[in-house]
Amino acid sequence: MSFVLNDEEQMLRDSARSFLSETAPVTAFRKLRDENNPDGFSRDLWSSMAEMGWTGILVEEDHGGADFGVFAAGLLLQEMGRTLTPSPFLSTAVLAATALRVAGSDAQKAKWLPKIVSGETVIGFAVDERARHNPDSINTTAKKQGNGLVLNGTKRFVANGAAADAVIVVARNEDGAPCLVLVDCNQKGVTRKARRTVDSHLPADFTFEDVALDGDALLDGADNTEGALKHILDVGRACVAAESLGVAEQAFDVTIDYIKEREQFGVPIASFQGLQHRAAHLLSEIEMARSIVMKALRTLDETPSQAPIWAAAAKAKATAVSRLATSEGIQMFGGVGMTDEYDIGLYYKRAQAAGEFLGDDAWGAGQVAKLSGY
Amino acid sequence: MSLETFRKETRDWLEANCPPGMRVPAKGEADICWGGRNWTFASDDQRIWLERMAERGWTVPTWPKEYGGGGLTKEEGFVLKEEMKAMKARSPLDSFGIWMLGPALLKYGSEEQKREHLPKIARGEIRWCQGYSEPGAGSDLASLRTKGVLDGDEYVINGQKVWTSYADKSDWIFALVRTEADAPKHLGISFILIDMDTPGVSTKPIKLISGKSPFCETFFDDARAPVSNVVGKPGQGWDIAKYLLSHERAGIVSDAVSGGLNPVGAAHLAGEVDEKGRIADPILRGDVARLTIDALAFEATLRRVKDEADKGEGVGAKASILKYVGTELNKRRHELNMSALGSDGLLWEGEKEEDGEAARSWLRSRANSIEGGTSEIQLNIVAKRVLELPGT
Repeated sequence: MSFVLNDEEQMLRDSARSFLSETAPVTAFRKLRDENNPDGFSRDLWSSMAEMGWTGILVEEDHGGADFGVFAAGLLLQEMGRTLTPSPFLSTAVLAATALRVAGSDAQKAKWLPKIVSGETVIGFAVDERARHNPDSINTTAKKQGNGLVLNGTKRFVANGAAADAVIVVARNEDGAPCLVLVDCNQKGVTRKARRTVDSHLPADFTFEDVALDGDALLDGADNTEGALKHILDVGRACVAAESLGVAEQAFDVTIDYIKEREQFGVPIASFQGLQHRAAHLLSEIEMARSIVMKALRTLDETPSQAPIWAAAAKAKATAVSRLATSEGIQMFGGVGMTDEYDIGLYYKRAQAAGEFLGDDAWGAGQVAKLSGY
Repeated sequence: MSLETFRKETRDWLEANCPPGMRVPAKGEADICWGGRNWTFASDDQRIWLERMAERGWTVPTWPKEYGGGGLTKEEGFVLKEEMKAMKARSPLDSFGIWMLGPALLKYGSEEQKREHLPKIARGEIRWCQGYSEPGAGSDLASLRTKGVLDGDEYVINGQKVWTSYADKSDWIFALVRTEADAPKHLGISFILIDMDTPGVSTKPIKLISGKSPFCETFFDDARAPVSNVVGKPGQGWDIAKYLLSHERAGIVSDAVSGGLNPVGAAHLAGEVDEKGRIADPILRGDVARLTIDALAFEATLRRVKDEADKGEGVGAKASILKYVGTELNKRRHELNMSALGSDGLLWEGEKEEDGEAARSWLRSRANSIEGGTSEIQLNIVAKRVLELPGT
């Protein structure tokens, strides 16, 4: 396992960085927000991501994907974190694509994966039913009925839910075991309510009331659905941790630039030891987060059996560090950091939301304790 | 030889040669092999292990063979470390000669100095200590006042060093001495090797809050050292000291990830666990879990910095980040260990040799963020050299 990028990864990162800073900088995000965009992201941008092959980054080549691996997906999200670029990448290209890949039947893969790759569909991944992430607390049921299924339950704050064409729902079958079902959002019995969140994203709450589904809605291509679900969530966690890392890095960079410029008492405030020590501490923490996020992403590609503890630990560390970096950023910007005009507040809000998604630092710590056997 | 073949042969050799007594963790500092002229081995296993490893040059696996090393590549050295870790084999020899002086001599020493000193370090025959700090010159190391005046082909040295770890047990000292009184602060310092048996050199232990005294004061009263014992050029001492400090920092840092201390094990020892074997106090459990996360992040960072260095990116001021994070982490680990042990951890002396070890190690760990440059100095270095923040 290597902690440095190979040439291909370097190229992917560099091209992502220049593409996003040109096409989807923070000003573009502000525009979406101010226009009250009903999707919460740009459809044109999503198409561009498809053209560049990003949407197929975790899809096998047989289905038109690039099959670059989790590490590469993480690199892209890290860059999206830097520019606060909203898109269905995490929900669709990472979570849904991984779910189909590890648990879908050949027919399901053939039907859905090319649509993900082409960027023509947005698929949400619906796991949580409570305010705090808890994949063990699933009350949604998918029970057999004739040759099909009937789905009942509610899901909360499904990422990109407002724009989703379909959602993959984590439910329990009649035996109480976890299962995954793919539901068209226009299906009878599905109601959704878009929720605008603090970070100007648009997830949605879903209610499923006696939703009648064909048997092929069930993703039963995995011999161990519980294991598959854990893997999907770990991939999602490592990738959102990478996004949080990008948020932290960029917030830190703009803060350092600012304190070098901003003068008080006739000198740049960066010359004060009180700020220097905090900045140096923050950089140390970001370096730790960077290493553990890389480790988690690589482990998912190379030795997935060892990934759960690294994914949980990376999610926890990246959550804590991105919240620290952005809150310290506001403090160091001073009063202007509290204004909407400056970007640092947008980073602070995204750090909070991304940190919550799929488990925050407290959740990660609990998971690490559990996986370590204490 | 391919790395896989090397791994297999190394594993076989270690299996055949590492004595059973060297496959269990050391029982505290007294059980670690430091070597030196007057060294008495704690056990036959300790002696045999040192002899066998030194024979192959594996006490210093990546040093060149002609100086007593194993001549291994970086990758091979890493494989050896991994294989030793896998079978819980102890380090055969720990010393400042290996961690600090050796790398400095390899880079700056004359051929005579290398041939004279490196093989003895590799075989554990000579124990070294470091003479840097002085009363009044701690973090501001370059303000040191111990001076050496040239008299023929010898320096006559006068002054005092402080915090010289294990000076009372060491055979030689590598010391920073001001040899050019008029030169600017950083330029008049020389790096001199001095035999501790030289007339005029004396030491006195300093008792610490841990009740022990790894540190000493060292005095030089008209002590004489030949000019040939200067490493590099006279006046070049500051460069060498900085190079060596980065190795010292790496050494202190490696302590922070050593697996010996484990708050979870401590909780089990103290019976502070529930019926499922979990730490009974949920808040302590959370604290330990957060420590584990930071330890994993730190471990990954060490690997990353190593990978980056192998690619030629250089460690540079990143050593300061590692030193800062590693030592703060180690202090936290000791605090949680004490917390998990409860009143058992407070024991100062008892019937068993290891009684009192937890408290002593905890107290000793407070020095981590002071020695080798305080945490505040490391943060200054990061602020100035990495972030390029302006001075006041």
